[in-house]
Amino acid sequence: MKSLEDLKKIREEAKRKMTMRLGEEQKYRVVVGMATCGIAAGARPVLNTLVEEVSRLNIPVTVTQTGCIGLCSLEPIVEVFDAKGEKTTYVLMNSEKAKQVALKHLKNDEVVEEYTIGQYKK
Amino acid sequence: MERIQVLVCAGTGCSIGNSSSLVEKFEEEIRSIGLENEVSVLKTGCLGLCGHGPNVSIYPDNIIYKGVHEEDVREIVQEHFYKGRPVHRLMINETDMDTSEIHDVNKTKFYEKQRRVALNDCGVIDPENIDEYIAKDGYTALGKVLTEMTPQEVVDEITKSGLRGRGGGGFPTGRKWQFALNEPGDEKYVICNADEGDPGAFMDRSILEGNPHSVLEAMAIAGYAIGAHHGYIYIRAEYPIAVDRLKTAISQAEELGLLGKNIFSSGFDFDIEIRLGAGAFVCGEETALIQSIEGERGMPNPKPPYPAHSGVWGKPTIINNVETYANIAQIINHGADWFRSIGTESSPGTKVFALGGKITNTGLVEVPMGTTLREVIYEIGGGCPNRKRFKAVQTGGPSGGCLTEEQLDTPIGFDELVKLGSMMGSGGMIVLDEDNCMVDVARFYMDFIVDESCGKCTPCRVGTKRLLELLNDICEGRGTLDTLDELESLCNTIKETALCGLGQSAPNPVLSTLHQFRDEYIAHVVDKRCPAGVCKALMKYEIDPDLCRKCGLCARNCPVSAISGQVGKEIYHIDPEKCIKCGNCLTACHFGAVVRK
Repeated sequence: MKSLEDLKKIREEAKRKMTMRLGEEQKYRVVVGMATCGIAAGARPVLNTLVEEVSRLNIPVTVTQTGCIGLCSLEPIVEVFDAKGEKTTYVLMNSEKAKQVALKHLKNDEVVEEYTIGQYKK
Repeated sequence: MERIQVLVCAGTGCSIGNSSSLVEKFEEEIRSIGLENEVSVLKTGCLGLCGHGPNVSIYPDNIIYKGVHEEDVREIVQEHFYKGRPVHRLMINETDMDTSEIHDVNKTKFYEKQRRVALNDCGVIDPENIDEYIAKDGYTALGKVLTEMTPQEVVDEITKSGLRGRGGGGFPTGRKWQFALNEPGDEKYVICNADEGDPGAFMDRSILEGNPHSVLEAMAIAGYAIGAHHGYIYIRAEYPIAVDRLKTAISQAEELGLLGKNIFSSGFDFDIEIRLGAGAFVCGEETALIQSIEGERGMPNPKPPYPAHSGVWGKPTIINNVETYANIAQIINHGADWFRSIGTESSPGTKVFALGGKITNTGLVEVPMGTTLREVIYEIGGGCPNRKRFKAVQTGGPSGGCLTEEQLDTPIGFDELVKLGSMMGSGGMIVLDEDNCMVDVARFYMDFIVDESCGKCTPCRVGTKRLLELLNDICEGRGTLDTLDELESLCNTIKETALCGLGQSAPNPVLSTLHQFRDEYIAHVVDKRCPAGVCKALMKYEIDPDLCRKCGLCARNCPVSAISGQVGKEIYHIDPEKCIKCGNCLTACHFGAVVRK
């Protein structure tokens, strides 16, 4: 170990592998419905895309899964909770849409209106 | 892409519950449904719920599953990891059953009142991977100290934090370091005392198993502060997992140049060597520990000279406990004021306790100083199991004493506990309920001391043996009121005349039980009765003739044929001469006719 810089390099590298355990303030918590209905409708690629995108964009977001959210006909469903607990629900998701949500909503804080449940009901 | 991390506790407690096979089982199940790229399995240190082990924590949900066995693994993998449905029956908090919401463990009763400083990363990082410690700001304190601070500034910061030795005595750590810094000469030593010997205490072991680097880093900081280049960790060979992890940690730190020559290009050299002890209790005493490191028989020497002046190889030495070291890096990182903001004025910071005995949540807890014993025992520990009544809590191991129900609202602190005739000790906390006999408890500790006394000074070698004999007399019904006076005066003599801390504090359990539970001692010597029903010699089993239904079940269960009577005709009777007080008749009787007196 030659300098503090060397240590910092190792730290940043190691941090990426354990972000989910660092307990730092998270900007959003993303929950993907992964019950049988969700999985059948293609929730797994959605979940994996979200995890990959969050890591690639390096944003403080937790991605977890839950069971049936109830609206089985609109699965895959993704719920985004902000730090205050306010919820945005995206429905009929796929990987492509998930990428958009990650970039626009999770990174740049703009809700992607066209995929939300409110928009669908109109 | 990884989205779930599974951390299996690999501390001693959970390893006994076969947690190592869980790791393999998890990997196997995860592979079988093709999640191996999404879920990773790691080993980690103690989370505290040792009584419920083996424990497994799941991130990012921050859920702990308790009592996980191989047959539960498939369910967790398929339900939780694949379908996102946490397995409620294995979660730590009962209240989690009410909602299907995923609960953060920090909101459970067991963790809510805790504050983890010394155990900070324990159970969160993989202790065998230095990168994970570095990711959690590990070794930044060492870097900061070596590049930005002078040794005096380091000592001042520690002094200002008010950190006191966590091994038991509570001596201010900063002052100890100052003494060693003031000593001339460039050959000095830093020792970590990991000879944890109190019955029922395992705080130090858990820190070393869960986060060994925190101790190594702190020892290097201490070395820089006092001007030492060599450190020893004195640890008992009875802690094989901790020793292994330490060895791994030392070699990883050396590889990265965080130990060794010219650390952080500052010109500071420091290396650490492990010395294994054979597990003698007296070697936790610093002068005896030094003797043992030097290869001599572990026996204490009179103080002064203090180790800070003349320690190992006659050179200035500081000796600190594992838990003390575990606080150092955080004080440097967050500042002395931060540390002072936790705990009380006279005892800043937190303390780790090993909860044991008659308590629901057996395990490891860390609370800020000033938390009351009641909070620790009832809120975190969950109180006595099986609806038994709480009787006392023993703190400080063989050097401490017992505290009663009325004293439970005492805030925890070094001085507060000493005032009540007990002491903080290294942090063992053994809860006793109505089924524990206080004389028997005192006898247990005295028996331990007699075994562990090194024999160098007469008061301890002979005195404690005599104390044990007196206690045996009381337990076996040969005691009188004079025995109690004799006991007390002998205790005071030993306290005043023994050579080392072990001997001087050895009578404490006797004195404290004698003061707090004198009525129990009197019941033993005057009424020849053991109120808790522990001392066999004083017990008597009788059959209540009014309740006896003449069924003969008791007689059939008696191993020594001490019960006579006739089925259906004659009431049964126990012959006290033959009775061996095994209690079989008491459990056998359906009508509650057998009574223990």
